[in-house]
Amino acid sequence: MVAHLLRLKLTLLRNGLRRSPWQVVGLVVGSLYGLGVLGLVVAGMVALSVQDADLRRTVVVLLGSLLVLGWWVIPLVAFGVDATVEPARFATFAVPRRTLLVGLGLGGLVGVPGVITTVAVLAMGAVWWRDPAALLAGLVCALVALATCVVGSRATTTALAPLVGRRRVREVLAVLAVLPFVLLGPILGQVASVVHPDSLDTFRRATEVLAWTPLGAAWSVPADLADGRPGLAVLRLLIALATLALLVLVWDRSLARTLVNPPHTEPAGRGRGLGWFGRFPATPLGAVAARCLTYWTRDPRYAMAVAIVPLLPFILYFVAPGGRVLLVLGPSAAFLLGWTISADVAYDGSAFWTHVAAPLAGRVDRWGRVLAVLVFAVPVVLVLTVGSALFAGRADALPALIGAALGVLLTALAASSIVSALVVYPVQQPGDNPFQTRQGASLAAFSSQLLGWLTVVVASLPEIVLAIVAVGQRSAALGVVALVVGLLLGAVLLLVGTRVGGRLLDRNGPDLLRRILAFP
Amino acid sequence: MPEDDVVPPVGVPLPPPPGDSPTRADAPPAGAPTAGPGAVPVAGPGAAPIAGPGATPAVAGTVPGAAPGTVPALELRGLWKRFGDKIAVAGVDLVVPTGSFYGLVGPNGAGKTTTLSMSTGLLQPDYGTVLVHGHDLWAAPVQVKAMLGVLPDGVRLFDRLTGAQLITYAGLLRGMDRQTVAVRTADLLAALDLSADADKLVVDYSAGMTKKVALACALVHAPRLLVLDEPFEAVDPVSAANIRDILASYVRSGGTVIVSSHVMDLVQRMCDHVAVIAGGHVLAAGTVDEVRAGASLEDRFVELVGGRTTGEGLAWLHTSSD
Repeated sequence: MVAHLLRLKLTLLRNGLRRSPWQVVGLVVGSLYGLGVLGLVVAGMVALSVQDADLRRTVVVLLGSLLVLGWWVIPLVAFGVDATVEPARFATFAVPRRTLLVGLGLGGLVGVPGVITTVAVLAMGAVWWRDPAALLAGLVCALVALATCVVGSRATTTALAPLVGRRRVREVLAVLAVLPFVLLGPILGQVASVVHPDSLDTFRRATEVLAWTPLGAAWSVPADLADGRPGLAVLRLLIALATLALLVLVWDRSLARTLVNPPHTEPAGRGRGLGWFGRFPATPLGAVAARCLTYWTRDPRYAMAVAIVPLLPFILYFVAPGGRVLLVLGPSAAFLLGWTISADVAYDGSAFWTHVAAPLAGRVDRWGRVLAVLVFAVPVVLVLTVGSALFAGRADALPALIGAALGVLLTALAASSIVSALVVYPVQQPGDNPFQTRQGASLAAFSSQLLGWLTVVVASLPEIVLAIVAVGQRSAALGVVALVVGLLLGAVLLLVGTRVGGRLLDRNGPDLLRRILAFP
Repeated sequence: MPEDDVVPPVGVPLPPPPGDSPTRADAPPAGAPTAGPGAVPVAGPGAAPIAGPGATPAVAGTVPGAAPGTVPALELRGLWKRFGDKIAVAGVDLVVPTGSFYGLVGPNGAGKTTTLSMSTGLLQPDYGTVLVHGHDLWAAPVQVKAMLGVLPDGVRLFDRLTGAQLITYAGLLRGMDRQTVAVRTADLLAALDLSADADKLVVDYSAGMTKKVALACALVHAPRLLVLDEPFEAVDPVSAANIRDILASYVRSGGTVIVSSHVMDLVQRMCDHVAVIAGGHVLAAGTVDEVRAGASLEDRFVELVGGRTTGEGLAWLHTSSD
């Protein structure tokens, strides 16, 4: 039965590859990246194995703890766990739970991350090759740690699924999840500058603490043996094994609950009256804008797309406290907000048929989506621009900054209008399991985004350059020129963008819909 | 126009033997939008040309026996559609007379949904022409789509809107004024027993309620031609009866309805015309009485489509083991 489950996982992987060549490309790129990381880890371990025991302990425990933590947390916030063998799908089969546990656990090792982790973990265990007892313990504990990784990731995702299925929780979590990634760079920079003088000592102290926690206990067992402290080693092995047992228990319980009570989403709530539909003009254009604006407030995917905007001031402040860097706040926010609708048709999903079936000109569709963004983006961009200028003490730069920001906003909206009429790729659909990975976001998606960014930057260069010069020279006249150029050029580009995008949509609408329907 | 007067003998009542249809499904389109074998050849003359936006060069052949000058509500000519190496629709010709209640039946994967998608502007055909009241759909999509009300199967709705908002959206998208939309939205919600859930998000609706609200979206602009893909799926019997009444009175007032369904009994009771589609071909088309030829529609369908097994094969099922 366990073999069956493993074979199922392999078959799913193979069929996934057969469906699209891009999946193969994705796997190859992923494998190459993984092999690179693996090569680094193995080479590092080889080099480490001839260093003194103290350094070995520090590196192995720290790296190992990070690995375990990564397996536990990352599926929660970022990539999601592979949903092809979701436990709920086995609800109707009479598979003994114990078998299901073993099968799903081993299944977690199939795939690029699993294979790489396995090899890396063994390499980390083999660091202790000079001491036979420590080597044996190292390899055994490496396997324990590996099991802790996989079971832990399954336990956290299965146990928290009902909680995260709730809309509010998911929205908050989505924003919180973005935070550490966004702030990672700046924080690391700050931490590094603080820690640097006696960093090894700090790391050593961290190791001492981690060795007593579920994250690092297994990793420090061989080190304790090598140090000649078997009692300590046994104690920490017990911690590691107890952790594993607890995780298995948690996973087992949540799996049992999932099997009899598959997760379902809570009612998403009620609306009152017609909302935006009552406030916009009763025309097709007004209707599209009202619908988009309703989605901006009700669909967490849109909230996620702009979650970074309120954080921008803090990031910029972190990067260069008090510096002039803060002045790019307005244009950056404008760019992000304008680019949010670059995958709008993909976000509609198959509901896009409503627009295809209606006698709706592509131009109207484009303008409706643009208007919805303009309604809130213009005030937000203006507030951020004015705020940043005042904070930096450069109220004189306001015309230039506003020109650049609004110019970038209009240009980004123009580019989005064209891109979203050309390219659709699988995105998470509203109500999807938040832990589910959308497969097949292809190279086409990636390159279209990159190309779009480049286009926006190039097309808004005139006002950007003018603004930079105006701010640098403190020239009021140039600032006004930047304002005029930004607004005029942006408006012209937006007219062109919506027109071209509308034409494309008139021609490609049914084809876009067909491609969306063909997604898995 | 009373529906009884419209019932013309459409096409050939006698379909080809079902046995040879699978081989035809494999035949390449060969670039020819010719009528597929087994399709309904339409007697040509007697049609009055239609002047109008995007009018097509060739005007639909009318149905023999129909009132002169009557243009079919929908006419499909040599529709082909291929997905990858699978030909989903292989030369479908179909005439749906104005004022008819037309059923489209066929086994799973027969090409019903593909045909209906191409008839409503949701899917571009590889070859062939779609005429809605004589106007070429794919030549002037925006004008022609205004005449259509569509309920597709297997697609999402904008389900973060409330039921009332969704119907309002459908109405406004088609350029109706606010007052009319508001009145009709309230009427439709009441008629479909959704008034209590008007302010609930569609994502929280049950499958049957979702079908009903989608149907309301298709009806709100009072289209001349309604194309409904599986409208009764998951709908409770009371609501289904209400919907049948709505559709029947709509047909009595001169509208045309096309429904696809798996439920033969329903089609036999509800529709006046029926077409049997299998393997991307029309196997039979005409009035329900013509197609069923004395037998029940279900028996006739099985006879046409084939593929019945005896049921004796699963002998082990008779003694359930543990």
